[in-house]
Amino acid sequence: MTIQHSQCGGADHFSRRTLLKAAGGLPWLTPLAAQLAAAAAADKSGAPAKSVIVLWMQGGPSQLETFDPHPGKMIGGDTRRISTSAAGVEISHLMPSTAEVMNRIALLRGVTSKEGDHERATYNMKTGYRPDPTLLHPAIGAVMCHELFSTGVEIPRHVSIFPNQWPAHGGFLGNKYDAFKMDDPLGDLPDLPRRVADERFAQRRKDLDILERSFTRGRRSDLEQNRTLHLSTIDKAITMMNSEQIQAFNIEDAPQSLRQDFGDTPFGRGCLCAVQLIETGVRCVEVTLSGWDSHINNHELQSGRAAELDPAFSALVRLLEERNLLKSTVVLCGGEFGRTPKINPAGGRDHWPHGFSVALAGGGIRGGACIGETDPAGSKVTPDIAGSVGIADIHATIYQTLGIDYHHMYDTPIGRPMAISEGKPIAGILA
Amino acid sequence: MWLRNLLFLGICGIAVSAVVGGLVVPQRPPQVAEIAHPLDESQQNEIQLVADRVDEQFQQVWSDAGLEIALPADELTQIRRISLGLTGTVPSLEEIRVLESRPAGDRLSWWLSKTFADRRYGDFVAERLRRAYVGVENGPFLIYRGRRFLTWLSDQLMENRRYDQLTRELISDNGLWTDAPAVNFVTATIDQDGTQRPDPVKLAGRVTRAFLATRLDCVQCHDDNMGGDLKQSDFHELASFFREAENSFVGIRDDTKAIYEYQYLYDDQTTTVASQVPFNQDLLQEGATERERLANWVTHPENRPFARAIINRIWAITTGKPLIEPVDSIPLSGSFETGEYPPGLEPLADDFIANGFDLQRLIRVIVATKAFQRDSQANFEITAAHEETWAAYPVTRLRPEQVIGAIQQAAALKTLDAESHILTQLINFGEHNDFLKRYGDAGEDEFAEQGGTIPQRLLMMNGNLVKERTKDNLLRNSATRLAILSPDPAAAVEVAFLTTLTRRPNQAEADYFVERLRDDSLNPRQKVEDLIWALLNSSEFAWNH
Repeated sequence: MTIQHSQCGGADHFSRRTLLKAAGGLPWLTPLAAQLAAAAAADKSGAPAKSVIVLWMQGGPSQLETFDPHPGKMIGGDTRRISTSAAGVEISHLMPSTAEVMNRIALLRGVTSKEGDHERATYNMKTGYRPDPTLLHPAIGAVMCHELFSTGVEIPRHVSIFPNQWPAHGGFLGNKYDAFKMDDPLGDLPDLPRRVADERFAQRRKDLDILERSFTRGRRSDLEQNRTLHLSTIDKAITMMNSEQIQAFNIEDAPQSLRQDFGDTPFGRGCLCAVQLIETGVRCVEVTLSGWDSHINNHELQSGRAAELDPAFSALVRLLEERNLLKSTVVLCGGEFGRTPKINPAGGRDHWPHGFSVALAGGGIRGGACIGETDPAGSKVTPDIAGSVGIADIHATIYQTLGIDYHHMYDTPIGRPMAISEGKPIAGILA
Repeated sequence: MWLRNLLFLGICGIAVSAVVGGLVVPQRPPQVAEIAHPLDESQQNEIQLVADRVDEQFQQVWSDAGLEIALPADELTQIRRISLGLTGTVPSLEEIRVLESRPAGDRLSWWLSKTFADRRYGDFVAERLRRAYVGVENGPFLIYRGRRFLTWLSDQLMENRRYDQLTRELISDNGLWTDAPAVNFVTATIDQDGTQRPDPVKLAGRVTRAFLATRLDCVQCHDDNMGGDLKQSDFHELASFFREAENSFVGIRDDTKAIYEYQYLYDDQTTTVASQVPFNQDLLQEGATERERLANWVTHPENRPFARAIINRIWAITTGKPLIEPVDSIPLSGSFETGEYPPGLEPLADDFIANGFDLQRLIRVIVATKAFQRDSQANFEITAAHEETWAAYPVTRLRPEQVIGAIQQAAALKTLDAESHILTQLINFGEHNDFLKRYGDAGEDEFAEQGGTIPQRLLMMNGNLVKERTKDNLLRNSATRLAILSPDPAAAVEVAFLTTLTRRPNQAEADYFVERLRDDSLNPRQKVEDLIWALLNSSEFAWNH
């Protein structure tokens, strides 16, 4: 494998104005903001985005109860339609707060895929590739950390909040690019506080060095560098434990009113934490909201999920904008597939990869754009659907906004060249 | 009434005492010496002859490449490799003491006999095979019984069932997923959202990878455009053998009228696909059902990919690294002489086929080879080439199950096995699952080379399990008992090394840690706790070597 590994780093990748603002006006944020803001200069307009937040709707949200309602039609169910801040775009009445910020959000209503199984479709959406038995493809966050340089970040640059069973992973790029997994950002991260006093911990580290010297003696000289990464991960872990940046993982100090804006649900807190992490220099944060798999009682289940998503998504967009991070952060909100137009005998909707919705916002995305539509009768499937886009196209679009050459070919471990994305950017939603 | 209450309280008291007593007081003296016997001399010689044939090929590779060869590893290191590979944990102090009380000469053979009689062997190796056969997901609700399947696989291993017979059952058995657990190989592929039938495509992919180490699924969507000669039709013709399998109220059965249709790339219409095997067609015989025909072909003694596939996997399970990588991709034809096959593979296949597909014999041969017994350290510079050709034993990452198994065993002194107290087993089971969740399961692709990660290091340094397993606790932790019961610091250091790393400290380590334990300014229990913490956090603990 001849993958060129570039270290993630570079103060250039932080939003300087954001950091200035954060340092001055939001005192609970990490000191890194102030530190980096000192070196800040004005944002270059048109500069590529630097970060991605993936709001992952595990289970497959219904397009009909979120972004593509068809009230009054046989397929529409109980959902009504409301107007939004984007001219001509109407969404479900279950998403009123999101409707208010729709002029910052682009909608893809004609997303299609060939994967109707949760695991395979999740893989497809998170990596841009369908599952391939010979190769484990990297997720967006892993590619970003591999491709984009960073410095000054002492915490993992790829984070998954409420990771569920299929979190974003490094694939063939290696598990050092896996997302760092965490749960509710209330309280300390587990495993971060050291269990003994500083002095005793330092002594333990010295004890460990004695053992490491024995182990490396007479073994491969590149064992640590090319194989175990044992000491380097210990060092990084200790750096993280000692870093003030770990405050970004905790939202307890955020103002209560701000937490309320996000809904103060686990998912809402995860979204608020995502903003803090992005602000600290993390490249990609995935926040999962599970429970969309509504094979029974569709409306009740989808309403409950939407009630949790709506305040969090809209507050996330607003807060990113307030902190001048929206231009540099791409936000994706979507799940692995949609739900069937037909309501089944149990009042549920089943899996439907033939036409569903994905929302995108932020860096390089044209707010208020809306592409594609599903058939009101619910009968049309790929490729007849209007404005149809594939999963790989969404990935190519995001890489384009990040300034990543998505045509770039990786030499994979099986010796087969593979493009970062085989999709095509969706011109209609690019700013 | 008061008499009845008293009687009830008495019974409760006895029950509690029994439970607590079982935890505190050893229930049995070490019996391990009596449960296993090494092979007799002639059997051992026969194994060694096969191992020598394997080593001849390794020797040729080392000579041709001009590679120096590492010396044999010490006995305890080899014992650690066997335990980690076949039971997923390190030897207990109790086991090491018994081993060292045996006469030298047949200890490896005895250790293997003891291992094959230990339920941990069946359970651990079954889990490795289960991943290859059906993956790690929970599978379709109710109609896939993963736990039952795993137990059945473990039973087969404990009985040392012929591997060809076991495989035939997996591919062709009928019945309910509970009564005939082998059918879970088929039920694991049932699509709940679609046809509710077993999926021939998934099954074809599994069969070729798991039993033939051939990635025929690469041509599922189009002909091989990487220089191979496999066609898309090869894959679907093989999938067609599973067309008859259906799920019914009596479990898996065969509907002999079923057909398999597929729309090939560039075709406008679907085609009815007849069953055919992609190579060695002359070995395909008639059978009662299509699945039986396929099972007989897969396991035919002349169908050598079948033997090569399990040999490569068992080599990987036993040592941590396959002979040929990836573990499920071996060229269909070629030879050692012309470079397609690694040293050892063909001699092992000859012996495996000639001796009734005997997995335990295969493991004994592997362990008897010089390749298995090489040290991973040497007084010359070890390079990647040494590890790749087994001129030096390759350092490989322990799977998460091995890490947690080793932590639990290291903290126990006594052997943790199926004979351990039920409460101990329950606690360990809970800890095991929590640890895997946080450390990260390696999934199906468990032999891929991966380095450590930050969350893993944080878990080991600050996590609850290591804390619980090193803190002051007289009942469950070796650290406390070492601090209290060791006659002197040197003895404590030696036992700490034996229980965690299965070796004694070298002079520099002994000098350093004995001095640390003698430091009067520290709490004695905390000093041992710190020592065990460092040992558990070392590279040596987390890697097979």
